[in-house]
Amino acid sequence: MSASPDSPRLQLTAISKRYPGCLANDRIDLTIAPGEIRALLGENGAGKSTLMKIIYGVTQPSSGEIRWQGEPLVMRDPAMARGLGIGMVFQHFSLFETLSVAENIALAMGADAGTPKQLEPKIREVSQRYGMALEPTRLVHSLSIGERQRVEIVRCLMQDIKLLILDEPTSVLTPQEADELFVTLRRLAAEGCSILFISHKLGEVRALCQSATVLRGGRVSGHCVPAECSDLQLARLMVGDAEGLESSYPKVSGGLPRLRVDDLNWHNPDPFGCSLERIRLEVRSGEIVGIAGVAGNGQDELLALLSGETRLPRGERERVSIDAAPVANLHPDARRQLGLAFVPAERLGHGAVPEMSLVDNALLTAFGQGLVKGGLVQRGKVRALADEIIRRFAVKTPGADTAARSLSGGNLQKFILGREILQNPKLLVAAHPTWGVDVGAAAAIHRALIALRDAGAAILVISEDLDELFQISDRIGALCSGRLSPLAETAQVSTVEVGRWMAGEFDQPAAAAAC
Amino acid sequence: MLLSLEPRGQQSRPMLWLSPLLAAVLTLLSGVLLFTLLGHDPLQTLHTLLIAPVSDWYGVSELLVKALPILLCALGLAVAYQARIWNIGAEGQLLIGALAGSAMALQLIDWESRWALAWVVLAGTCAGAAWAGLTAWLRTQFNANEILTSIMLNYIALNLLLFFVHGPLKDPAGFNFPESAMFGDASRLPLVSEDGRLHGGLYLALLALVAVWVLLHKSFLGFQIKVLGLDKRAAGFVGFREKRLVWFALLVSGALAGLAGVGEVAGPIGQLVPQVSPGYGYAAITVAFLGRLNPLGIVAASLLMALLYLGGENAQMNLNLPQAITQLFQGMMLFYLLACDVLILYRPRLKWKWAKRNAKNNTEAMA
Repeated sequence: MSASPDSPRLQLTAISKRYPGCLANDRIDLTIAPGEIRALLGENGAGKSTLMKIIYGVTQPSSGEIRWQGEPLVMRDPAMARGLGIGMVFQHFSLFETLSVAENIALAMGADAGTPKQLEPKIREVSQRYGMALEPTRLVHSLSIGERQRVEIVRCLMQDIKLLILDEPTSVLTPQEADELFVTLRRLAAEGCSILFISHKLGEVRALCQSATVLRGGRVSGHCVPAECSDLQLARLMVGDAEGLESSYPKVSGGLPRLRVDDLNWHNPDPFGCSLERIRLEVRSGEIVGIAGVAGNGQDELLALLSGETRLPRGERERVSIDAAPVANLHPDARRQLGLAFVPAERLGHGAVPEMSLVDNALLTAFGQGLVKGGLVQRGKVRALADEIIRRFAVKTPGADTAARSLSGGNLQKFILGREILQNPKLLVAAHPTWGVDVGAAAAIHRALIALRDAGAAILVISEDLDELFQISDRIGALCSGRLSPLAETAQVSTVEVGRWMAGEFDQPAAAAAC
Repeated sequence: MLLSLEPRGQQSRPMLWLSPLLAAVLTLLSGVLLFTLLGHDPLQTLHTLLIAPVSDWYGVSELLVKALPILLCALGLAVAYQARIWNIGAEGQLLIGALAGSAMALQLIDWESRWALAWVVLAGTCAGAAWAGLTAWLRTQFNANEILTSIMLNYIALNLLLFFVHGPLKDPAGFNFPESAMFGDASRLPLVSEDGRLHGGLYLALLALVAVWVLLHKSFLGFQIKVLGLDKRAAGFVGFREKRLVWFALLVSGALAGLAGVGEVAGPIGQLVPQVSPGYGYAAITVAFLGRLNPLGIVAASLLMALLYLGGENAQMNLNLPQAITQLFQGMMLFYLLACDVLILYRPRLKWKWAKRNAKNNTEAMA
């Protein structure tokens, strides 16, 4: 394709995308020059993913124009986008775990590219040139998450790449791995490849990108040079004026131990899942313990063992105890009776039933609070509880009869957290409490957690967001490959050190073995 | 795809309730069309089919007699379906209930006490529950699909019934007809009024109606059943016991179907015959959905279904229409209901522009 040298690589003009019931993109303009690293910033639900899918040809815009190197075109499908030299690395990898790296890449490139064997030298060459060590014959399930991401990136680089789109690439990486990725991306840009970097992490965007386009509610809310803007300015562009964007909370040390996990071993029957090894953990009353870690390192397994969805045999019931009572063999409702409250990672379909009203969802976990009498549900009391949650935690909803599914992520999370907090728990376990939640709601959730801590509850927060953990937790540790690092006072450790723990560089009392 | 369905952002609540009515109207219109094509006067045929059967008290009482077993089965199915347990085995559970009730009644044939009836009803109900219990056991123990197991158990139940009615339970003084002896009066359900065949099963059905309504709408157990049906993970997260709930829902479902069965043999029939049920257990599936799994809606739907049965018989006798007309109407009713439901949840849209885009592109998009 011929093009004048000074025309932008990609130019979007007034792109709109309408889905039934929502306008995902509203007249978005975006321009990327050759060799430019541009950030696309925005909260979850701001329309970033939709815009990317339009660029990559996965969906068609309702209106607007796409120009590629100065020429208007209709991006029919991803095959066409790949043919033009557009590569995309999705947030969730699409790799076959039982196949080798070369086989995966050959599958994605199609029959014309050659057999996996023929591709191997090229894969080695590309991965070396961009400083991403990768062995083509290794099976994908034996790779770390960071290495899997390299497979996806190398796959894009195998062809003549002109625009690389990365969707929140660092959400699965440790800080060190992210730095390595940035080196590669800068080298690519220096060779003239344009990069569109989607993220909501301000620090990374400032470190990597020359320019940024900020989306809010499906519209462009501003363009800026990240290096010249403060976090607060960027956050304002992303979420508008919100309180509590910058707050710090005093650190405290806890009292009596509420939750004890003692040498917890658990073998995962799923061969690609993560087994837990000698987890030791203590959460005291009046403190927040944070557990960092890249997803898939045993968080889900540990959470299921704490909630009671996974149970140990009776003989091992002392591995987990609440207030010195062994609980590892008990069902979730029995643990709740002992004062446990739980906020699971997935709001819809786990923490709340999507089709049910907020009233019914209040009953879902609060049934032990005198809401059931003689087997019958006390409707009036349940409704009063739901109304109180909505009022106290400022949940934006037309009413308590609204289905949980129609609430936004942040509002539903406030409701779920409120439901758990109003049960006056002695111990709260919260997984990714602010994942996908806008900054304003996140601040409200943090304040609620701190207030619960100050009221004397023990709180365990498992999160992938390191900044969040440093902000709210009093002690911190990290999970890697099903092993838990020793916990340290948050005030005494640095992000870099926790980053090392996330990569597995810590001494555990037990002999180390990967899962 | 030329025609595509897009999910609607907002569902209309009134339409959710109007769609059964809409389905009924569409069924009637299709009926008119069908009868016209067959060369019958459509209005007269519909009159024979739907109005003539209930034009006197005897007709109404016959309607109730037909509606009772359907109502009982459908109430039980509603409990199971709320938990998304697809029990298709109400027919088999009904037959086993009738069989066990008959066996008990024949044992007590000379017993004059009123307790005889209680024993007969209890035997039928428990047997129906036990038959559904087989499905529950297979599902909880071996994770076997309850749709398949319950359907297959229907055939086993039917053949068991045929074996007993041709063998051990056959009336020794019955000239070798495949039917049992008439039950003793003490083990028959008493008539509600002198004229007609409406029997005491009516009170049992009303009792079941209230019980199921309380269970589904007022009790915590019913709440657990609904949560299990809508969202298994959420149910596990709060510690609702899936296996216990599956057992409970299927046992209730089977018990009510068994009660329906024993109600037939101890009520209008009075003995065990091979044709205990003209497919009540299958009709109840349609009825349960037509009634939106709501006990009150199910009452209306089972009356409608009973009317179709009566009308079908009437049309057969007076107009020489085949018996299949009943099943045809049932089928059309369910079809239109499901179609209306799809249109409530989705908006159909014709796509001319992208008609050429084929499935290949879509699969590539996932790569």
